[in-house]
Order: sequence, then C-alpha cells, then structure tokens
Amino acid sequence: MSASKADEQEKLGPFGSCPLPIFDHPQIVLGHGSGGKLSADLIEKVFVSRFRNPTLEKMDDQAVIDIGGAKLAFTTDSFVVTPIFFPGGDIGSLAVNGTVNDLAVGGAKPLYLAAAFILEEGLTAADLARVVDSMAIAAQNAGVQLVTGDTKVVNRGKGDKVFITTTGIGHMNRATQLSADRAQPGDRILLSGYIGDHGITILSQREGLEFESALESDCAALHGLVAGMLDEAEAAGNIAGMRVMRDPTRGGVATVLNEIAGRSRTGMVLRENAIPVRDTVRGACEMLGLDPLYVANEGKLVAVVADDIADRVLAAMRRHPLGADSCIIGEVIEQPAGMVLMKTSVGGTRVVDVLFGEQLPRIC
Amino acid sequence: MKYLDEYRDGDIAAKLVERIRRVQTKPWVIMEVCGGQTHSIVKNGIDHLLPKGVELVHGPGCPVCVTPLEMIDKAHAIARRPDVIFCSFGDMLRVPGSDGDLFSIKSQGGDVRVVYSPIDCLKIAKANPDKQVVFFAIGFETTAPANAMLAWQARQCGMKNLSLLVSHVLVPPAIEAILSSPQNRVQGFLGPGHVCAVVGYTEYEPLAARFHVPIVVTGFEPLDILEGVLMVIEQLELGRAEVENQYSRVLARGGNGPAQELIAKIFEVSDRKWRGVGTIPQSGFRLREAFRDFDAEERFSVTTIDTMEPAVCIGGQILQGIKKPHDCPAFGTECTPQHPLGATMVSAEGACAAYYAYGRHLKDADLITIGVGGR
Amino acid sequence: MCLAIPGKVVEIFTTEGMHMARVQFGGITRDACLNYVPETQVGDYVLVHVGFAISRVDEEEAQRTYAALAELDQLSELDAPVVEDVPGGRS
Repeated sequence: MSASKADEQEKLGPFGSCPLPIFDHPQIVLGHGSGGKLSADLIEKVFVSRFRNPTLEKMDDQAVIDIGGAKLAFTTDSFVVTPIFFPGGDIGSLAVNGTVNDLAVGGAKPLYLAAAFILEEGLTAADLARVVDSMAIAAQNAGVQLVTGDTKVVNRGKGDKVFITTTGIGHMNRATQLSADRAQPGDRILLSGYIGDHGITILSQREGLEFESALESDCAALHGLVAGMLDEAEAAGNIAGMRVMRDPTRGGVATVLNEIAGRSRTGMVLRENAIPVRDTVRGACEMLGLDPLYVANEGKLVAVVADDIADRVLAAMRRHPLGADSCIIGEVIEQPAGMVLMKTSVGGTRVVDVLFGEQLPRIC
Repeated sequence: MKYLDEYRDGDIAAKLVERIRRVQTKPWVIMEVCGGQTHSIVKNGIDHLLPKGVELVHGPGCPVCVTPLEMIDKAHAIARRPDVIFCSFGDMLRVPGSDGDLFSIKSQGGDVRVVYSPIDCLKIAKANPDKQVVFFAIGFETTAPANAMLAWQARQCGMKNLSLLVSHVLVPPAIEAILSSPQNRVQGFLGPGHVCAVVGYTEYEPLAARFHVPIVVTGFEPLDILEGVLMVIEQLELGRAEVENQYSRVLARGGNGPAQELIAKIFEVSDRKWRGVGTIPQSGFRLREAFRDFDAEERFSVTTIDTMEPAVCIGGQILQGIKKPHDCPAFGTECTPQHPLGATMVSAEGACAAYYAYGRHLKDADLITIGVGGR
Repeated sequence: MCLAIPGKVVEIFTTEGMHMARVQFGGITRDACLNYVPETQVGDYVLVHVGFAISRVDEEEAQRTYAALAELDQLSELDAPVVEDVPGGRS
C-alpha cells in the first residue's frame, strides 16, 4: 500500500470500507441500554442498518402504518426494571403504561396490547399474580385490551425474575402530524410536571445507594392528558401546531429534546429556573452528582407546540390531573442547529448535551 | 436546599461579576484546582459570565484523571479475577485501561459494583465470606478519611477478605509542580475547599509566600466561585500573595483534627505517579506498614503492564493549566468521551470531558453567550 | 474533586462502634458517619462526602458572609472607577 492509502486505512479504523459498519464494541455493555449515545449507536449500526425502510428511519417512538386506508400506530417496548416492585408502581404497570404512552404521544388512540413474559425459574406465583393484577388495572385505566400474549420460562439465574415485552396498536384517529422533525423556531417547549421521580425512586432501591424518601415513581398512562391537549389544539384550529410529543423515559428530558433538536435541525434554549424538580429528587441528585435532566420519567411528556396555541395547550394540560404542574420550559430557536442550550439559574449558559452511557454517581 | 440554593442566586452573581469588573485593571490567569470546581464553572457557564480579562484555567484536581494507567490496569487485572468482588466509586467505571474498562469487565462476567461510600464494602465483605472484596481507594485528601475508616473498621472486625487498592493523591505537591514549571502561566489559585475542610490550609501558606501567588480556599457553588475569583483578583491588583478562606462557613485554618488523626494512623506520604504529569515526590498516600496487609497490590501479585499514552494527548499540559482542551487537535474529533485518548477526557470532570459535555467542542460554542430573553 | 453537600442532622445513633447520623438533604435522608465531627448535635448542618461528615457548617459564619454578599452593590460607591473591557483577553 502506498503511504497515503495506509493512512486512509488507518483512519477508517475498525469499520474498514465495509458499507455495513462493524459495531466497534466487542460486547454489549450496560451503557448500551441507557438511552444515550451508546444506545443510539447500537440501534443505528446494528439494527437500522440491517432493516432499512422509510418507516423505521423516522425513528419516532411508534411506527405509523397505513393498512387499507386505516392509519395505525404500532410500537413495542421491553421492561427489565429491578426491583420489580417499587413505590408508585411495578414492572407490570410500567409495561402497560410505557407502551400506551408511546402510542399516545404519537397522536394515536391506544387500543390493543400484546404482552410477552420471560419468567425466571423460582419466581413466586404470588409475585407474578401481583404483577399481572397491576397490568390488568393499568390496562383498564388506559382503556386498552390485552388481546394476545406469550410466556416462556428460563433457568434460574438466566432472567431477572421477570422481563416483559409489550406491543401496542393504536388508531390514528386525528389529523395530527406529530413527528420529531417538525419543531420550528419560535415554538415553545412544554413539560407536564416534575422530572426525575421515576429514575430516582428506582435508584433509591438499589443496593449501596439506598436512601429514605417519600418519593414514588410517576408511572402513569398519559392518553387522557394527550387527548386534552389535542382537543385544545383542534379547537384553536391549529392541530398542526402540535409539532411533536415525547415521553422522556430513560435518558430523561435532555435526551428527548436533543433528539428533537437533531431531527428538526433547530436549536433549543431552556431556562433552568423553569424546570420543576422535587426536593427529594434534587437532594438525591446533589448527593450522587446526577443531573435531573437525564433521569428517567414514566408519567411525563414534553411537547413542542406552536407559539400561537402554546398558552391554550398549557392551560388544557393544567386542567388534567397528570398535568397540574405543567409549565413552559423553553423555546425552539434557529441556531445553533441541533443543540440544546440552557440559561442556568445563576445567569450563565450551558449546553445540554446527549448522555454518553449511563449516568453514574460520582465523588468529584 | 439550604446552603446550596442561596449560593446559586442570579442577582448576587451579577453583583459579584460587576464588582470584579470594577476592581480589575489588568488581565489575570487564575487556576481552580478541583475537578468539582471545574464542573461547577462549566455547568453553570460561569467563565462566560466573567469579564474578558479573567482567564480561568483548570487544574489537576481530578483524582480519576491523574490515576496512572498502570494503576488502572492493576485494578482491571484484579477485577477480572473470579474470586474478587471489585468495588469502586462510579467515576472510575468508564476509565479505560490498556484493554477495556470496568464496565466491559463487568460485561465479561466480572463482579464489579458501584458503591457510594467505602463503608458499604464492609457489608459486602461480610455477606460474601468466600470472595475477596477489593475497594479502589482513589481520591484527594477529601476522601482519605472515608478510605481510612474502611481500613480501620476492617482491622477492628478482623476481616480477612477485604483489601484496598490505594491511589491517593495530594494537592499541595501538584500545585508546587505547576508553579515550578517554566511554562507556568497561573498567577492565582482557587484552593480546594473540601480538601482543606479535611486537612486545613496551613500547607498552602509556604507556597503562597515562596511563589508569591494568592491562594483563596474556595467552595463549589457559583457564588462561592465568583467570590473566590473576586478575592484573588483583589489580592493580585494590590500585589498581595496570601492564603485566604472564602469557604469559612465550612472550614477553618486547621481543618478537621479527628480526620487528620485517623488518616495519619492508616496512611503515610509516598511518591506517586500522576497521569500526564509524571512522578511527583511525596505526592500521595499509601497504607502504613501496620495496615499493609490490607493492601490489594500486595495481596494480589499484579505484575506491571507496559503502558503508553497516545502521543497526541496533551492532557498533561491541560492538567497544569498550560493549554486548554480546544488547543488539542484531537479534542472532540478523535478524542471524545466515547474514545478517550487521555486522562482529562476519561473522567466526567476532567477538563476535556467537562468541556465536551457542556458543548465546547462544537464550533458554535461561542454562540452560547447569545441573549436568551432576559435573566 | 470532592462532591460534598450540606445536610441537616435529624437523628444521632451508634452502629457497630461507629457514631452515625441520619442526615436530610432536601427531600431525602441518608445515614452518614459522624466520627469526624463528634460534637455534632441534632439540628446541625454537616457537610457529607461519600457517607462521612467531614465538617460542620458554621451557621453564624454562613449568615454573616452571605449577608456581606447580598449587600455588595451598596458598597459600590466606594470602589475604584469602572474600567471598560480589559485588553489581553482570554483564549
């Protein structure tokens, strides 16, 4: 090889010149599941690259498909949380609400769920019954029916008590155009309430990091809140002014806003003082050196809304029990494209970047 | 939260900035020593609030960044052993050694656990009598009391399955090394508030006198940092070079007596290698003879591995405040948190990583001082 | 380095020979070792780093120094004259 070719080969690194990039981690690490850059990397390089199609490449929380004139929303999600029971919920209610929410924030009316269970040998019947009871209640509250499912059992040690995958179908029964690439400069960014409750609740149960608090997961189905928002936008004659909604689960508000800013090729600016965080969540985050913007939520949504209907939609949110603490936390700007900025409480400006892997407690 | 929230008040911050502007007549270069202070400055956008004549350079106060590669490789070798439960603070988990990091070792089956406090290791050791529990005892003087207590309690309980891998570093020798360097640009220091809460600040007085630099022991909240900067500049403008205490609500000159007592029982000062800087004499702690049986390096015969830092990394110069992250050609391109090439990118509050996390690698970073509609 | 935050001591007890406190940080409570600040009383604020109180907050000193900060602009007439942007810049 000539010198310049050798240099080029060096620069290509582990990917070589193969059109299907070789994913450069030899093994999956926990960070791949954290919702940040590592996760995005995994999804893009391993999955999307092998299944290319226009629907998948939209990379919204749900796929919208047209079957014989009916527009359906279709989504799936897996739930592997430990511990399986926690204040405010359990893996069952999470599994139902998580999928219901993915459908709802895409503008669909959630209708049907399928649930697949991987049970670890040794899981008690009582625990399983408790989880499934919880799912039944959640499904009823969300107005969805569980219509099909599957159960497998794996050897002791090969599964963390129970893993649940739920797949949901909803009907796109409104003329919404919700998509992550639709944010425009001048739009406002709305948040439905306090952030970080779920992630910190889970963390507080984790060995070595336990602390006492009255905190609960915010696990909830958001279809009603979303319906109220869409109703208001329709009444205002601007359903298209609802640009995008997302439920900020793992990776938190910061991750979701970065995704939207990236897909929309706009910037965003937030105000730290406008973002509601409970004392309990703040205390835990301060102690462990975590940033609430990156902590998971299971009963919140962010919405990018056109300026002319933002106040009305906010009022509609506040009328709903799950949106009582809703607020406007920022706006969409033109530049710098793809970047989320924040005016800090002390008056400086910082960039709210995408998380790399898991957020880790730090001593420094 | 009391004693935190009020130190983030925007109005008082503006007043402090205004006062700095009034007092300052020349440009000054000030180093904040602690990684936690760097984190606070970058996260709150404090350096952009300061007048242009005040340059903040980031110091070597990041124990994760300065842990030598050899020590990390030793940690990894120990963590890979099937009979070991390796316990560490979260900060160390993503630090790459010559071959992978603790996360990847975990994915290969190693029992690696994050602990919040060293004391948690006692519980783990008691619950797992057939395993060897090893704690990665890193840190500056601030963490020494906690690490010392672990060794002390292990002795009191007669524990046979607990050991510490010690990589403690001390601040004053690092400051001395920086000030002694012919390339030094630093004219004043924000001293390490929590280190001094433990060991006091008497050791800084001879440094201030010998090198004629003001050192203001400073806290970590935005108002602390701004007040610390103001105090340094006031001294510099008057040609003074003393040690002052901005963080007086938390510490006094002598520091914490009981903590110093136990530290002295468990640890002794030794030479230490600092990643990116080299060996600084008498700049670290190791376990005393009487506690050497808890030393993981001795318990597990870990052979030294050949290590080489990538040539392009200027982390050493960044740690000494001679260069900034964006002076490095690899910053944000070949060297990112995903693929760190050197010490200052590996840890969340190393200068390069802090800059990257808060967006300084992006070309538009200068736009972040745009007016964002009122304060 | 040294993430340490102030919290309020709500209870003091002993466990396994260690002097301990339950400390409240905002809305959460966690135990911390008080061996290094043995004179601490319930109601005091301590600075906690990795599960250890390394110092007590001197509340009077905190009030005094904070009041001085809050009064900053009232002293401005006594200062040196304002100077415009200083040449020399930063990198």
